[in-house]
Amino acid sequence: MTDLLTQLPPDPIYDRRKQIQERAAKTIGRRTLISRAYISMLMGCFIIALIPLGSVIYALINKGIAAISWTFLTALPSQPNLMQQDAIGGIGNAILGTIIIDLLAGLVAVPIGVLLGLYLAEATSRVADFLRAITEIMTGIPSILLGVFAYEYVVVPTKQFSGLAGIVALGVLMVPVIAKASEISFRGVPSTLREAGLALGARDSKIAKSITLPVAAPGVITGVLLSLARAMGETAPILLVVGASGAWNFNPLKPISALPLLTYNYSGSQYPSQRAAAWGVALALVTMILILSLTARIVSARMRREKR
Amino acid sequence: MEVVTTKTEVTTNMPTTKNEIAMQLKDVSVAFSGRTAVRDVTFDVEEKKVTSLIGPSGSGKTTLLRSLNRLHDLTKGAVVEGQILLGDTDIYNDKLPTTLLRSRIGMVFQRPNPFPTMSIYDNVVSGLRFNGIKKKALLDEAVESSLIAAALWDSVKGRLKNGGTTLSGGEQQRLCIARALAVEPEILLMDEPTSSLDPISTKAIEDLMGELKNRVTIVIVTHNMQQAARVSDNCAFLLMGDDRAGELIEFAETKKIFNNPSDPRTLDYIQGRFG
Repeated sequence: MTDLLTQLPPDPIYDRRKQIQERAAKTIGRRTLISRAYISMLMGCFIIALIPLGSVIYALINKGIAAISWTFLTALPSQPNLMQQDAIGGIGNAILGTIIIDLLAGLVAVPIGVLLGLYLAEATSRVADFLRAITEIMTGIPSILLGVFAYEYVVVPTKQFSGLAGIVALGVLMVPVIAKASEISFRGVPSTLREAGLALGARDSKIAKSITLPVAAPGVITGVLLSLARAMGETAPILLVVGASGAWNFNPLKPISALPLLTYNYSGSQYPSQRAAAWGVALALVTMILILSLTARIVSARMRREKR
Repeated sequence: MEVVTTKTEVTTNMPTTKNEIAMQLKDVSVAFSGRTAVRDVTFDVEEKKVTSLIGPSGSGKTTLLRSLNRLHDLTKGAVVEGQILLGDTDIYNDKLPTTLLRSRIGMVFQRPNPFPTMSIYDNVVSGLRFNGIKKKALLDEAVESSLIAAALWDSVKGRLKNGGTTLSGGEQQRLCIARALAVEPEILLMDEPTSSLDPISTKAIEDLMGELKNRVTIVIVTHNMQQAARVSDNCAFLLMGDDRAGELIEFAETKKIFNNPSDPRTLDYIQGRFG
């Protein structure tokens, strides 16, 4: 038996395997080194990218926290003068204005955006291709243009700066963002689920409502909340069209105050107290955006988990 | 032979029981964007029997199966020619709405696909709800009856509110069978229903099919010849022709196909010489 084994011709595979293993062992040191070098390089890039971002956040918190107080968050603003240079008041009405503008813009933009996304995901016609291209372009449109648009078509005809003009500008800004995010979520719904619905005799509208929409919901909701967060921080169109108000204003047809607007106005002020307050306004705004983004993450994570 | 004479009310869902043929295929061809995938298939699907479609990859088994409930309607450029009769109804040419047709012909897919946002209960009754049935008593009844028929009732009856995707793969597939059965279809199409399952789940579903055929006519596509031999009464063997279009080589009782096929190509395939 052993004689027979030793007499067998050498298997070329064994020879090749030996060569490969020897080569791999010999170069392992060098390959590990290269790998480590790459990882350090990536870490370096990460840190460099973090420096500017970190400094902004540091300055924001460091300078902003000093301005923040209960009165600051809830009171109406007051105009400092030479006698009372520190009388800056609060930003309560600006927080309210930002919430009103964002909420109403969302109320209009969300249904339109989600339905447009559903259409873009499902339809294959030329019209759909055209709309898809338009949506794509619209997501990159400079926001100041939407401000000019709202000025021309809302502010000028109504002869009034107003929250409504801001709502129009931000609404138009949000629709393509929501549509794009929804389209991607809807496309992620496995076609086999749709086929299962069809095979049970469901109409397209039923399938959209009972299968596609619920399955895509976590992604759609994330997209909606992130677009709300983005709109909240938009400054250019707001600056141009909402006017300004020093009072509590719940009426979107009148001029209204908003946080980005206040940040802009305060930071250019001649009074040091107002320039300092600008950081507080910015911190309040960033905190609101952060809350929205975190909510988006938590909601979608929870919904995804529930499906398991 | 069973002839329905005692029932006076007209039930459109009652198939023509005279010759016990549930569905007839006459020269059925399917083409995608001008390229023929299946050509001139003719055979009868006997009522309350299991008909299997076998053949190597690319022979058009699944394509043919999906033409039986008009699932190709979604595919751009897909054309189905010939006649498919469900009872007396030509499913492509008569004025039967596609949704109604599909509620009469259930389908189980290759991979279990329960609706992930729905509970076990909601999954089972989804077809009924899609078809406008809302009566709670009817839904409850359908859930119990179809889960029992799918041999899943005992293991899930205490957790009907749990998500459909919390079940194991084999259970999910049985849930999908229950979901299809709940609409009480006349025909159940099964597209390689066990190809993604382990051997034990596969056996459970094969055993199930023996029971199910008392209730529904089954047409099954399978890659697994032993499965076709075990579960089916009749068998259609398809093969890819020279122009890559699938053709029906032989249709006969499963016993005959596996013991004494007429066509030498069938014999070659059965004996594992290709495919």
